[in-house]
Amino acid sequence: MIKLSINGLLVEVPEETTILEAAKKLNFRIPTLCNHDDLCVAGNCRVCVVEQLGGKALFAACGTPVAEGMQILTNSLKVRTARKHVIELLLSEHNADCTKCYKNGQCELQNLANEFSVGDHIFLDLLAHKEYTIDRFSPSIQKDDSKCIRCQRCVRTCQELQGVNALSVAYKGMHQKISTFFDHSMAEVICTNCGQCINRCPTGALVERTYLDEVWDAILDPDKHVIVQTAPAVRVGLGEDLGLSPGERVTGKMVAALKRLGFNSVLDTDFTADLTIVEEGNELLSRLKKAIVDKDENTALPMTTSCSPGWVKFIEHTFPEFLPNVSTCKSPQQMFGALAKTYYARAKDIDPKKIVTVSIMPCTAKKYEADRPEMRSSGYKDVDYVLTTRELARMVRQAGIDFSQMKEDHFDRLMGASSGAGVIFGATGGVMEAALRTAYEIVTGREVPFTDLNIMPVRGFDGIKQASVKIENCLDEWKFLEGVELKCAVAHGLSNARELMRAVKNGDLNVHFIEIMACPGGCLGGGGQPIPTNQKIREERAAAIYEEDMSMPIRKSHENPEILQLYEEFLGEPLGHKSHELLHTHYKERERY
Amino acid sequence: MKNIPVKRVDLIFEKIVCKEIFKKIISMDPERIIQSVIDSGLKGRGGAGFPTGLKWQFAANEKGDEKYIVCNADEGEPGTFKDRQILDEVPEKVFCGMAIASKAIGAKYGFIYLRGEYYFLVSKLEKKMDEFHLLMKEMGHDFRILLRLGSGAYICGEESALFESIEGKRGEPRNKPPYPTASGLFNKPTCINNVETLVYTVMILKYGASHFMHLGTKDSRGSKVFSVSGDTPKAGIYELELGMSVDEFVEEFGDGDTKAVQVGGAAGFCVPRKRFADTVIGFEGVPTGGSMKLFNSSRSMYNVMHNYLDFFAEESCGQCTPCRVGCQQLLKGIEAVKKGERSSKYLDELVKLATTMKLASKCGLGQSVGNAFSSIVENFKEEIIY
Repeated sequence: MIKLSINGLLVEVPEETTILEAAKKLNFRIPTLCNHDDLCVAGNCRVCVVEQLGGKALFAACGTPVAEGMQILTNSLKVRTARKHVIELLLSEHNADCTKCYKNGQCELQNLANEFSVGDHIFLDLLAHKEYTIDRFSPSIQKDDSKCIRCQRCVRTCQELQGVNALSVAYKGMHQKISTFFDHSMAEVICTNCGQCINRCPTGALVERTYLDEVWDAILDPDKHVIVQTAPAVRVGLGEDLGLSPGERVTGKMVAALKRLGFNSVLDTDFTADLTIVEEGNELLSRLKKAIVDKDENTALPMTTSCSPGWVKFIEHTFPEFLPNVSTCKSPQQMFGALAKTYYARAKDIDPKKIVTVSIMPCTAKKYEADRPEMRSSGYKDVDYVLTTRELARMVRQAGIDFSQMKEDHFDRLMGASSGAGVIFGATGGVMEAALRTAYEIVTGREVPFTDLNIMPVRGFDGIKQASVKIENCLDEWKFLEGVELKCAVAHGLSNARELMRAVKNGDLNVHFIEIMACPGGCLGGGGQPIPTNQKIREERAAAIYEEDMSMPIRKSHENPEILQLYEEFLGEPLGHKSHELLHTHYKERERY
Repeated sequence: MKNIPVKRVDLIFEKIVCKEIFKKIISMDPERIIQSVIDSGLKGRGGAGFPTGLKWQFAANEKGDEKYIVCNADEGEPGTFKDRQILDEVPEKVFCGMAIASKAIGAKYGFIYLRGEYYFLVSKLEKKMDEFHLLMKEMGHDFRILLRLGSGAYICGEESALFESIEGKRGEPRNKPPYPTASGLFNKPTCINNVETLVYTVMILKYGASHFMHLGTKDSRGSKVFSVSGDTPKAGIYELELGMSVDEFVEEFGDGDTKAVQVGGAAGFCVPRKRFADTVIGFEGVPTGGSMKLFNSSRSMYNVMHNYLDFFAEESCGQCTPCRVGCQQLLKGIEAVKKGERSSKYLDELVKLATTMKLASKCGLGQSVGNAFSSIVENFKEEIIY
């Protein structure tokens, strides 16, 4: 243990603790910009500088470990002057036209400027002499260099957390900027649109491409029938942006708010999550059958999930040799879109031309996914607009809805029912768990052998998780699986995904089924979720997801009555002709930069 | 206090037989080698002036058998050109210094990080390195030197940015601590020394610590190679005993009309004529990595400073706020004052900013921009304003 004093108060902390953390223990908050709980220390913004009594230079509190007998001042004259200067300097190269900024009111730099009441700028406006462009080419992410403060959170996110390396630092000195491969637009590079950079950007330099106006226009157009679907993770995150605490489940309030906003049908992506499980579970079993019974060497195993569009684009760029391994199932969002303009339109007797489908996603990559040319199997664009959880919160605020006072409401019928298995799609390991609940039962006629159907080995936040289930006493049809140890692996965050796929490639990992979610923690930690994010917040959202699962009367996808109805009235059977037409697709190889 | 008059010394370029010295050293205990260097009082000749023996001691005390010696040959300080000469004339002495350091701290590999613009030295150095490796083999000392080239960034002369560059990454300084002796190149204990420093260690072990210690002053032992340039009839490289005053230096090298001397390059201090007599060149006065630039009365100190700031605004790595934005503000700031867009009072704000840059920047680059700025503004205010 190390003893030191901070502003005259003694504190004892373990070795390796930073001054920043030690100060927190004494309830002193030292302002930070480049520091982020999820990332390695950078120490480059210098806003967290503190003084060591008798020392010459100031230290960055975020990057300096404590030492015995240190006497630290966090608010001395030297510190205050330096800190104010740093904020002034950042503002002098920052486009501080705050009222025109998407992040107005949610900007960390703005907050600091406010705290230090930086009114008249001392320094010269450097931006006036600089050229910059706003990159609006990506359907998911908008990058505005004039608002960038070079804290490199996005770079560290893209490189360390996601292992994607779409963003990096380019040039030096006054020309230094955060850039992409040869300054190409975000739409043309290896970017997976995961949006994790947005979640960590302290300013408005990286924000989602917003489609709020388009959605309002559709809602307010009397000729349109606007259907909204909400992803599983939205209901455990939305509250955070509307004044509630992390981990509060707001499913019923959210539905009520969506109805008040004027959506004509409020439906659930969880419904198509259940559908995905039935299709994907059957796909896995059919691949296993082809490989084991038919000895077909061309059957690609392990099969990987395809729900996460960030992951899909990542594999297209990085591991194209594994594209045959990706499940042909579309993601729940896209299955929903395809069915909304066919099955739902027919059942409700609405002209599909007049239907506008909007999805609320915890994700920015979903915006890209909806725009993919593969996603038009209904004859129209299957999903017209994708909004993030944050955008929905903004809509609720715009409409003046007092969210916390909403009476809980229920999803509309036909594509609004779901099981607990659909809900847990929102957490890492959830798709695997939901698939196992269904596949095991198809094969054996019995429930998975885990207490309360909770398959604990695939839950939690370990980067890569592995589990296996021994299949015994199969039904006659599946006798070829008798005694097989069904092995699976789960990864979340693309760095972990890369590690897992490398292990598969090298032959170090032999499994049948792999679930990969592009974002840390799965969709609940998605790039469209409320800001800030950190491990604790993600854990609280995960706990809420599993609570929601336990609260559901139906916990297995194949028992969802509306799914059964869908097959009976429309699709016929899993992996049938209609399914292939509407619910399955293939992906393509992309360049590696 | 009596200053030491300008006295030429011939240690760095003295032709010696490295094999003989190395024969003597190979049988010495690492502790004795380090003690000799400590006793000599040698401080780093790159400019920062950290005691060399102590640095070796720290690196030697680190556990583990994977350690590195790095020779910082990224000579980039404006007005410095001595390392180039040393590497051209006596490269074997540099290698020998690295080998001694390797013996002292227990390293098997050494890296020379050569300034990219010195590419013309590469073939010669490689040839000499081959000979050196044969000598090492003959002596039974397991040590190998690898040559790495920079690509022209000034910041890569900063030790931790230099490591990043050798590792194949963008040359950006790291947070300290940890210091290089604990975690340097490839995150292993590393001893990084300037070209000149390494050669001095050879001469200290050849002639003994006391020979070196008797040169110079209490705070600045020994001699130093100076790169003299600017308004002087005698531009060139000189090895001089430390401890002389700027006055004596100007007496020797000036053109009779010297109004200021920039000691230590763009990152150093500007000494005006009125301070020549009472300013010692050395760690007790103005330290220098070797750059000595003389300016006569025909020079505009505004232009001199503009030039330096232009350099820094370009050569900052851009990572930390005080340095990246601060350099630009100082540059644009003096332009604005010159053009009358800001009042002369604005210079006071800029001096305060320079202090913040000194206190809050991440590395030595940002921390030293204020040196030249403040010393020029302080002494030549009228030239900046009018």
